[in-house]
Amino acid sequence: MTDALFTYVLRLADDAAILSQRLGEWCGHAPTLEEDIGLANVALDHVGQARALYSYAAEVEGKGRDEDQLCFLRVERAFRNCLLVEQPNGDFAQTIARQLFFSAFMLPFWEKLTGSSDATLAAIAAKAEKEAAYHLRHASEWTIRLGDGTAESQRRMQEAIDLLWPYTGELFEADDTVSQLVAAGIAVDPQGLRAGWLATLSRVLEEATLTLPAQGWMQTGGRDGRHSESFGHLLSEMQYMQRAYPGRNW
Amino acid sequence: MYTQALNARETETSAPEDAERLAAFQARIDAEEKIEPNDWMPAAYRKTLVRQISQHAHSEIVGMLPEGNWISRAPTLKRKAALLAKVQDEGGHGLYLYSAAETLGVSREELTEQLLSGRAKYSSIFNYPTLTWADIGAIGWLVDGAAIMNQIPLCRCSFGPYARAMIRVCKEESFHQRQGYELLLEMCRSSEEQKAMVQDALDRWWWPSLMMFGPSDTHSTHSAQSMAWKIKRFTNDELRQKFVDATVPQAHFLGLTIPDEKLAFDAESGHWTFGEIDWDEFSRVIAGDGPCNRERLTARQKAHEAGAWVREAALAHAEKRAARRAAAQVAAE
Repeated sequence: MTDALFTYVLRLADDAAILSQRLGEWCGHAPTLEEDIGLANVALDHVGQARALYSYAAEVEGKGRDEDQLCFLRVERAFRNCLLVEQPNGDFAQTIARQLFFSAFMLPFWEKLTGSSDATLAAIAAKAEKEAAYHLRHASEWTIRLGDGTAESQRRMQEAIDLLWPYTGELFEADDTVSQLVAAGIAVDPQGLRAGWLATLSRVLEEATLTLPAQGWMQTGGRDGRHSESFGHLLSEMQYMQRAYPGRNW
Repeated sequence: MYTQALNARETETSAPEDAERLAAFQARIDAEEKIEPNDWMPAAYRKTLVRQISQHAHSEIVGMLPEGNWISRAPTLKRKAALLAKVQDEGGHGLYLYSAAETLGVSREELTEQLLSGRAKYSSIFNYPTLTWADIGAIGWLVDGAAIMNQIPLCRCSFGPYARAMIRVCKEESFHQRQGYELLLEMCRSSEEQKAMVQDALDRWWWPSLMMFGPSDTHSTHSAQSMAWKIKRFTNDELRQKFVDATVPQAHFLGLTIPDEKLAFDAESGHWTFGEIDWDEFSRVIAGDGPCNRERLTARQKAHEAGAWVREAALAHAEKRAARRAAAQVAAE
């Protein structure tokens, strides 16, 4: 059970850390000053979540590692984040589509996790839930603006939705790790969140005059450490300092 | 940050002001009253403030780039969070400063256009590159430190909206300054290799930081009017001296050497005397030939161009919504 809990918390931590890494790339380059601030703020929330989750994963593991060792000193195949969060920023529409898919899942996820029998996870979820509500509102409002904006913005937003859609299946995967923890009242059954997630997306996309893609084939592999080609580049940048100067204090 | 805009004189383009109104205005200033946006003010006062506040705003925005350069490579999650929060603060300062400038009748779009076309200036300091992680600490300690010296007096600036914006900005900058110093302290204590990295950062940022205060008083007679209007309260050299006096002991506490052979403590005056700034470099960087001038402007232009379709979409959507609301109202009547 300890191994399963470690893996489960690590997956959540990796999701948050990798998404914050991507969002941070926008800083100073966003379409408006408000978005420079807004996206940095969303990135910051995810750094905070990553820190709490990595620290807890390290505690569960009990091998004396800390948040930074887990984030900066694991190799590509050891990362357990879903493929969606590592997808490159692309244009602003792609970043917004990634935020929409992810936050529409994470808000009900954190809500449910507040009822976890694991007190630490429940406490982390209680904080993250408030943040996710804001992230979903931000992504939904932009999806609507871009979808129901100009012909160009509608085309870009629909293309972004279609491009990232195959990475959403992974959010609902439940392997043995998840099933065991669901049975113990610790984890959330992601399958139970699918209907609500689809309802949220349908509502937002309809108002945005966009089309929900057909179910279709879904990508998988992130939870087993099989990532996109671009992921190694993300890690080499993120981990540069810890790799170049091992064992130093910063 | 960044009062270099106060070193240029306004060209007299407007009609001469009414002497009586001018005298009444000056009397309010002398009585330390705040001038508010709807109050009468001389055209040159308005123009000086628009230029000063907008250059300050531009500096905050361009300043996000050298620091943003290290967000993806911050060495720990704690430092990444602090850096993200700091760069976000700079964006926030840019926002309120553009808003303060707008109270003087100039739009943010107009000011942005001036920046992107290269007509408006921003602080010369941001035309230097951030080469190592220690540069992030050095910017907090030295650049924000110098900015605070400039900005604390601006909290008492005669123009109300600018003065009030500065109160909040100064609180945040002072936090950034301590954070930068703490980052360097941690590095200096951790290993000789890291301490050498910090020394290298100090070597590269020291002189450009002193240049942030602008030309020496002997070459800058232009600030007399700004002083009389109480936009500026101290001369460039007075502020530069305050900065050197405050910073040298902090460098010594870190065990670092200030890259100035002429630096010496004058017991009689109680001040640190220092060598001559390379004014050729200063003029060159201000004129556009610093290490990163072109890069910084290009990055801003690219972000603006790449984001144009997003801003157009937001506007189009807002118009559609307004039209639908209006149509619904008509239908209801």
